[in-house]
Amino acid sequence: MDKKVIDKKDVEYLGNLARISLSEDEKEKLYADLEKILGYVSQLEKVDTENVEPTYHVLPVKNVFRKDKVKESFSKEEILKNATERKGDFFKVPKII
Amino acid sequence: MSYFDEIKNYLERIKKQDKYNAFLEIFEQRALNKAEELDERKKRGEKLGNLAGIPVAVKDNILVKGEKFTCGSKILEGFVAPYSATVVEKLEAADAVIIGRTNMDEFAMGSSTENSAYGPTKNPHDLKRVAGGSSGGSAAAVAGDLVPVALGSDTGGSIRQPAAFCGVLGFKPTYGAVSRYGLVAFASSLDQIGVFAKDPDLLESVFDVIYGVDEKDETSHKIDTSPKNVAFQRIEGYPKIGVPKEFLNCSQEVREIFEKALKGFNIVEISLPHTEYAVAVYYIVAPSEASSNLARFDGVRYGRRIEGDDLISTYSKTRGHGFGEEVKRRIMIGTFSLSSGYYDAYYLKAQKVRTLIAEDFRDAFKKVDYIVTPTTPTPAFKIGEITDPLSLYLQDVYTIPASLAGLPAISIPAGKTKDGLPVGLQIIGKRNSDFMLLFHDIFYFTGEK
Repeated sequence: MDKKVIDKKDVEYLGNLARISLSEDEKEKLYADLEKILGYVSQLEKVDTENVEPTYHVLPVKNVFRKDKVKESFSKEEILKNATERKGDFFKVPKII
Repeated sequence: MSYFDEIKNYLERIKKQDKYNAFLEIFEQRALNKAEELDERKKRGEKLGNLAGIPVAVKDNILVKGEKFTCGSKILEGFVAPYSATVVEKLEAADAVIIGRTNMDEFAMGSSTENSAYGPTKNPHDLKRVAGGSSGGSAAAVAGDLVPVALGSDTGGSIRQPAAFCGVLGFKPTYGAVSRYGLVAFASSLDQIGVFAKDPDLLESVFDVIYGVDEKDETSHKIDTSPKNVAFQRIEGYPKIGVPKEFLNCSQEVREIFEKALKGFNIVEISLPHTEYAVAVYYIVAPSEASSNLARFDGVRYGRRIEGDDLISTYSKTRGHGFGEEVKRRIMIGTFSLSSGYYDAYYLKAQKVRTLIAEDFRDAFKKVDYIVTPTTPTPAFKIGEITDPLSLYLQDVYTIPASLAGLPAISIPAGKTKDGLPVGLQIIGKRNSDFMLLFHDIFYFTGEK
């Protein structure tokens, strides 16, 4: 449990994966916090889970589908009302490439 | 008194007496319109709904159509809800009056409401202390008599812990008993909407309106409704109560109050050996699910956008500026646990230990009717007192296990410390036994009937 789980450049990598820009101060603090938290959760290593099935959720249900029927839904206007920027009936975003 | 005057009184009271920062906004127009409608329908001799004229506050992660909505975050500034959550539709159909939205930890991540972008909620019993969290606003609103009932959401204790800190009832139903359509998803395998109240009868009535299957939430399912038609009757030796020995490492004062509250009950000592790992499991599972669920907040379809040079940097800047510290921390933990190379050792491992925790409960319920624990290890702490994230996570040590197993649980006031701070007692029931717990058995514990 004393072994290092992450190093500082992992924080930058994770921030990139999660699409969150981080200041240098934030990176430092997150590194310290994550090391501590991941250190705590690694106590799970001690538990014998051989032949134990994972519980992704507690209900005995799988693939609950609705009937494939056309129903009235939101109008374009209602949905676009909260858009930061729109162009006609589209959400507008900055250039992609 | 007319519904209009009654609701007007409540609105005035909230405006004058909310020194707790419980409410983020009052829906004055909506509430008065509804009250006026109720008065007119009453005059016409129409039959009104079961909750006619009852003001209900809702946590700010539950959508109310046409009203502003923030989830306690800056990232949703300016957002107006395009639809109402199923629970809100059901409450309004039962003629309840949705009176305002309450403060919360940002995206329901926290145990003190200090993570709200709109300032902490203060505990009505001591304004220097936290109200608990993440549904701290709803708990304080009920505890401070601003409203008789409020909705919250509970992922790892976010209803039960603030209920305990504020000295009110806080009920988290069975996972899937209440539709989450219109609740902002935090950790989807755990999230559940529930109710705060002081009066157990009112809490029951509200739950009776909001529970049920909804095709818009595929995890919603039928629960046992048979106890609804059975009259309450005291039975000798019932209920048999299990007290897990792993849940008694609380403060001395909490323990004394807990033991005093259970005097006269039929108690069996039980063991839930894997629950000592519950906090570790939770802080892998919940952040993992959150990191995926919160990907939608990217400044495109809603919320406040911070423009970058291109789309990717726009996402990163928007999220970097919009999310608070704790939300970032949890997204980072989740992203780590799910990332390639770590998935098996963290996420998958946690889900396996979760199975063992659920099995512990299943085995215990073969021997007892209810499992009873202190809701929290200590009474409400001071605002700013706990700053280390891990220490805050450990606040939920008694509430997380029932969440991981999807069980219904309620926190009820058990007594007060010598400083006058409330202490809560948690009653955990069998899966789908919500009506048994609320319609009958809570009276054993509250001594109301």
